[in-house]
Amino acid sequence: MAEFNVDPFSDRYARRAAGMSASEVRALFAVASRPDVVSLAGGMPFVQALPTEHVLEVVEAVLSERADVALQYGAGQGSPLLRERLAMLMAEEGTLADPEDLVVTTGAQQALDLVGKILIDPGDTIVVEAPAYVGALSAFSAYEPRFLQIDLDDEGMVVSQLEEALLRGERPKFVYTVPNFHNPAGVTMSRSRRSQLVALCREARVPIVEDNPYGMLRFEGDPEPTLRSLDPHNVIYLGTVSKVFSPGVRVGWAVAEPGVLQRLVLAKEAADLCGSQFTMLVTERSFDGELWRRNLARLVDTYRSRRDVMLAALAEHFPADARWTRPSGGFYVWATVPEYFDTPALLAAAVERKVAYVPGTAFYPDGRGRQQMRLSFCYPTEERIEEGVRRLGELLGDEEELYRSLSG
Amino acid sequence: MTVVAVLAGGRSPEREVSLRSGHRVASALQSRGQDARLLDPAEGPFVENLSAATVSACYVALHGKEGEDGTVQRLLDALGIPYTGSTPRACQLAFDKVLAKEMLDAAGVPTPPWAAMQATALRDLAAGPVLHTIVDRLSLPLVVKPSRAGSAMGLAFVEHERDLPHAVMNALSYSDAAVIERRIEGPEVAAGIVAGSDPLPLVEIVPKSGWFDYAARYTPGATEYYAPARLDPEVAAAAQGVAARTFDVLGLRDVGRIDVMIDRDGDPWVVDVNVSPGMTDTSLLPMAGQAAGIGFEELCARVLQLALDRAPSA
Repeated sequence: MAEFNVDPFSDRYARRAAGMSASEVRALFAVASRPDVVSLAGGMPFVQALPTEHVLEVVEAVLSERADVALQYGAGQGSPLLRERLAMLMAEEGTLADPEDLVVTTGAQQALDLVGKILIDPGDTIVVEAPAYVGALSAFSAYEPRFLQIDLDDEGMVVSQLEEALLRGERPKFVYTVPNFHNPAGVTMSRSRRSQLVALCREARVPIVEDNPYGMLRFEGDPEPTLRSLDPHNVIYLGTVSKVFSPGVRVGWAVAEPGVLQRLVLAKEAADLCGSQFTMLVTERSFDGELWRRNLARLVDTYRSRRDVMLAALAEHFPADARWTRPSGGFYVWATVPEYFDTPALLAAAVERKVAYVPGTAFYPDGRGRQQMRLSFCYPTEERIEEGVRRLGELLGDEEELYRSLSG
Repeated sequence: MTVVAVLAGGRSPEREVSLRSGHRVASALQSRGQDARLLDPAEGPFVENLSAATVSACYVALHGKEGEDGTVQRLLDALGIPYTGSTPRACQLAFDKVLAKEMLDAAGVPTPPWAAMQATALRDLAAGPVLHTIVDRLSLPLVVKPSRAGSAMGLAFVEHERDLPHAVMNALSYSDAAVIERRIEGPEVAAGIVAGSDPLPLVEIVPKSGWFDYAARYTPGATEYYAPARLDPEVAAAAQGVAARTFDVLGLRDVGRIDVMIDRDGDPWVVDVNVSPGMTDTSLLPMAGQAAGIGFEELCARVLQLALDRAPSA
């Protein structure tokens, strides 16, 4: 008798690695990434719109003029000039930030991990939205918190629910929110909710982690003030150039008060010493001058048209009793199908029909989201979006009787 | 030299698993000096690619639809290219759990009591209420699986009747029919068969979660495996016996893996048949080979040789 030890480490993993396992949904996404499948699942920015010649010039200049810096280690906090540029991006949205209070991270995703690392003890309660950004849930999960989910509606987080939770005696370590063009819900927190949330959290001494990757991708209407601008002392702000420039450079950042900032920098250095000096220099130079504005404006135009196509296609092809959000920016529409459907179960059939989405369950730690799906309009062309939504609508139509028969 | 195409990838939900199998098979054959090339039927024009490479045999490492249901096999037959594994007809039968169970049952090979539910019946014949009757007849706990899919995709274990509709929906997302089967409580073993070789030792499967689902199959360390299985010799022999019978009844060729549950009395029940067994680093057939002293390279070479032997003599 011999035991086959497929993984000799299997009794050595930490508790936090328990949820890290192979999944059927991931396997389905591997098929969904094939070119004949219209993927409304991924959140990939449309980088084809970048002015490649300009990018090439910048890269060449960085390597010919600054190779000694670009190919070397650098400061954990990021270079002063890049931090100035990133602070300038925040100023575009009306948020004043001192570059000294800013740490550059490997995408905002690393900032989420660092925030978890310095703030969460196992068993701590943290507040997230329902639904919540799946990447934040996985980053925070490694620190073994308990998630308290607060519902979203068309005005963003339902702050009164948070208030009730606090009255019940909940003492969250922090509140995590994506106020602008929410991932996955597509909604934006209203002005009054922002004021309520900031006041409530200040009063209850609960810090806010504001994640704002999509704020500059506004299609219409006036921007709302960031939470950080409403209460700098109680808000840790996370930003990224992934959506306005390129996710490939992996440049994000966090802005926080000095005590938090110091720990973020130390945690960042412990994680990777420093970010890539090369891509940071490329980023720094790409935001020099005015070309990035024209590029951003073009991106916003593209995304706006794609959103319009998706909303029109949904109206045409989705069942009459389905509902969906109407984002005024960002990447995502959040659709709710009638209660007899089950979006995780339906995914394999959708991929078979050559269209993919993300089942709503990915965005809730507690198993909800079975009637929801996230549909991205950022990457596919308008024709593909129309076609993808048509295929999905047809699937829902064809399967209605089947699902009704089973849930009756 | 003879060029061998290792067919892997494809468009089925098991694409990833198949690519992992295919890479391992290709490099095993290469290290035996074979000119083996990975060929993904989903990348580019398949038939053109086959003839461009002047392929003289194919090693089928495809899993799931197209690769295991006879589609690719029929095409290769038409092209006159020999390939590893079963004939189109045997593939079609074995891949369709409803047909396979019917045939096994008729031939007296034990397979757990079951009911099949076709999507059309639910759509057009309002068959939903039948589920309750099925539960009464088979009794809980149940296993629900798509009729035509592999790697435990779409598989669900049902302990409460209220979870059955959802399990059926899930299975029907992968296939046009769902098999609802009585769950046999007891050890699960896999019987690997390579034609012309002695029967391979059984591999006993002990998933830590209790369920041998997709995660338990493809997360290293999530399942413990023992080969040979920790069974009484008579029980093991009986399990190997039903596996061999299954291979014959369904007309399998070259290679196969039959999954068997052993009940409390030590009686074996056939629960699944694979005409293209997984060849990944967590797959069962390679483990069975290893337990018999047949290394992975040797295993791949033996299977390939069976196909090469069918090549029209040059």
